Amino acid sequence: MALARTDSRSEVDLLAIVCLLPSLLYVIVMFVYPFLYGVYASLQPLKGDAWSIKNYVSFFTDPYQYTTIKTTFALALPNSVVVVLLALFFAYGMRRGIWMERTITTILVLPISLGVIFLSEGILGFYGTNGWLNQMLLGADIIKEPLELTHNFIGVILSLFMQNFPFCFLMLLGYISGIDPSLENSARMLGAGPWTIFRRVMLPLIAPGLLIAFALVFVMSFAVFPSAVMVGQPAGSTRTISIAAYQQAFELYDMSYASAVAVIMGLCQLAALIIIILVRRRMTIATTMGVGKR
Amino acid sequence: MADSINKLRVGITKRYGGKTVLDHLSLEIRGGEFVTFLGPSGCGKSTALGIIAGLVPLTQGEIWLDDQRIDDLLPEKRGFGMVFQNYALFPHLTVFDNVAFGLSLQRKPAAEIKERVGTMLGLVRLSGYEGRYPGQLSGGQQQRVAIARALVLHPRLMLFDEPLSNLDAKLRVEMRAEIKQLHTRLGLTSIYVTHDQAEALSLSDRIIVLREGLLMQVGTPQEIHDRPANVFVADFMGFRNFFDVELGEGAGGYIEGVAKSRRLRARANGFAGSGNAVMAIRPDDIRVGAAADDQNVLRGKVELVEYLGRELEAAIMAEGQTRIWVRTTEKLALGDTVDVTLPPDKLVVLPRE
Amino acid sequence: MRNRTWKLVIYIFLLGFILNLAGIVSHVVVSAFAKRWFGKPLPPAFTTDWFTYAWTNFELGQVLFITLFIALAVVFIALAIGFPAAYILARRNFRAKPVLLLMYFLPLLIPQMTYGIPLATTLYKFGVGGTVLGVILAVLVPMVPLAVFILLPFFEQISLNLEWSASMLGASRLQIFHRVLLPLMVPGILTTGLLVLVNTISNFELAFLLSGGGSQTLVVALYYNVFAGGVRPVYSIDAMAVIYMVMVMSVLLVALRFVRPTQMVFRLDQTRR
Repeated sequence: MALARTDSRSEVDLLAIVCLLPSLLYVIVMFVYPFLYGVYASLQPLKGDAWSIKNYVSFFTDPYQYTTIKTTFALALPNSVVVVLLALFFAYGMRRGIWMERTITTILVLPISLGVIFLSEGILGFYGTNGWLNQMLLGADIIKEPLELTHNFIGVILSLFMQNFPFCFLMLLGYISGIDPSLENSARMLGAGPWTIFRRVMLPLIAPGLLIAFALVFVMSFAVFPSAVMVGQPAGSTRTISIAAYQQAFELYDMSYASAVAVIMGLCQLAALIIIILVRRRMTIATTMGVGKR
Repeated sequence: MADSINKLRVGITKRYGGKTVLDHLSLEIRGGEFVTFLGPSGCGKSTALGIIAGLVPLTQGEIWLDDQRIDDLLPEKRGFGMVFQNYALFPHLTVFDNVAFGLSLQRKPAAEIKERVGTMLGLVRLSGYEGRYPGQLSGGQQQRVAIARALVLHPRLMLFDEPLSNLDAKLRVEMRAEIKQLHTRLGLTSIYVTHDQAEALSLSDRIIVLREGLLMQVGTPQEIHDRPANVFVADFMGFRNFFDVELGEGAGGYIEGVAKSRRLRARANGFAGSGNAVMAIRPDDIRVGAAADDQNVLRGKVELVEYLGRELEAAIMAEGQTRIWVRTTEKLALGDTVDVTLPPDKLVVLPRE
Repeated sequence: MRNRTWKLVIYIFLLGFILNLAGIVSHVVVSAFAKRWFGKPLPPAFTTDWFTYAWTNFELGQVLFITLFIALAVVFIALAIGFPAAYILARRNFRAKPVLLLMYFLPLLIPQMTYGIPLATTLYKFGVGGTVLGVILAVLVPMVPLAVFILLPFFEQISLNLEWSASMLGASRLQIFHRVLLPLMVPGILTTGLLVLVNTISNFELAFLLSGGGSQTLVVALYYNVFAGGVRPVYSIDAMAVIYMVMVMSVLLVALRFVRPTQMVFRLDQTRR
């Protein structure tokens, strides 16, 4: 790296370009390009003219297809709300440290690392009609007949929760712990009770992180695939949009239609993100920015 | 012992974003000199040092070392030694390996390295610490390792970037004496950066006072201390009392000025100017009490007293809402009415900005 | 006192969650060792035969080899190209930086299923669909950014002054790299490698979309065998799941020596301005 006589644009020198290029190119070639290609492919239907929106029209006129949006929303939205609220409750409660915190957080990393396939397999066994939960409940005479918790909507909700809660909880725990504790202390000295402190001091500071957490969890839940198949009813009540896309690609071999479904899925997620960003904009106008960093 | 130079000539401008951080800073440093860049944070002193080191590119200008132009030379080729504020010792290397780092890059034979490192560690009084890691050393020890690491290479020029700022007060005083000793003993040429005027005064042959990228004054410690060139330097060097005056007659090396209908007489010292000016005096130069034929006598009431041990510093509100800071061994109390005398020889005249 | 009740509620719920998790995991483990099991709390007899069954019938040897090969390839490449990028992003500021960071972030933000379908389509078009190479290329898409974002804070921790003092002492760029940067980045490299490893082994969607006959990772094989038309006894599938679990947990245990659990998820507080 030669030192320039002048310092104009010295931040992006040859070294910087050489260092950034491989990974940048990779993301562009392997992510941006396929994405764009997918959009392009979606407009070249298998049976039709080039550059037509036949696939999209077909999707939105076929109830079997467009109801997947509703189904997926019905799975993703409640799940995200419950996960985020619960994670907030516990992360807030644990913000000042809790007995055996290290152990608990380590255990919570397990579901994230083991992944959805393993968890779904376990859920099938544990929550199945012959599984341990039903055995316990039946044996204790709490129920007369086994609960149907798998191969339906509930099964998928369970699976989503098991995956998303630890992830969301750990995120929020890290975020909330990073808020300067002296803010809370000064509020207490000024006479505020715990609920007031939460509502008027902490919540405004947590809100940005909360929204991002919600966005991440929702977007992840919206793309749910293996759980919907393994512990759900892929042909019926849990036929999600990703299942629709997959079927088009690998069962009907209509890559064009599949790309269209993927685009629609992406647009739904984008819409959700935009809504969340807009909500965040309105909130940061009302709250102070930059306050509360440690 | 160090490779010596004759002269370093610097003329640099640095712009960063839209801001001019150094504005045509121009100076000459002679071999063997100890020069200090002094100023408040943000004045550009560390930037100037970084540019001389080659770590920060300059926007405009030139740097000449004797008859060689060096501003387009990479820092690793300049042969300067540098000591940083946070020591910048390599945490994964022992004290020995840290000090030996530069020598090992030059592929010196192991025996020579061992000898030179040993000598240098002895010079900074750290013999026996070779096997320790930086994390095991105190701040003062770390700083001495950093100095040894730079000096062992016999640099042509030593650059110190606020090396003592992270040390406690007592250690700072000890360390600065050590730095000066090393400089003299080894015949170094040193450029030192600090915001601490006591350090600058005690160490330097010449002080360069900077403010927001501009040169405020260059001079010996005595000149800077006794005869500041402007309000900024005076303020920085401890002149706590400033009077806006309108200059009048001058005679016999003295000049008179009027401040709020009060006459003040000060040493002219070649001050060229008329009309508006500022007169300034140090708190410790003001005398409490007044004799009959004293000049520059003011009367006021003691508003604030700061106990400093042997002395106290008091704020006295004189007529016309003029606040005067006095440092004295007299036992003043809140509410006392006192006379203070501003000796004309100690009152300096400065341009008004 | 109210504080105590809240704490109690938190403990009870967390306990419930952990018991739930334990139940799910142990059910799989018990089933893997069960000779035959239906409707009772515990199987009447235990055996390790299902592991052998799984090994031979599911070609586990090959599957494991492929999984490890893919995982190590991904770790190596992600580190190789992510390391220099993270260095520059940590040290420099330039106008395009936020755009660059966003571009690196998108593959992590957008779910793999969403971009996986177009990605698979493209890779199939170029003839690498269904091959080991295809899986590696696909999984790298989110893993390269992950490597960059995990390495970044480690670089930020190394003071620029260390590089500067090495420079003043005569070190060239290359010498600074392998004498100062590299040794100090060992914890960062280790952490990143381990986390990328865990994420690659447990990656499903992308590995699944790009898988073919001879390029199934362990998770993908597991999934396929659940749906292989009921011929597979559930115990053998669970045996396979146990092998998978052991693999993931061993990497996790090593990783947790170097990194705290909260560092393993997306750092929300890095979005604080």
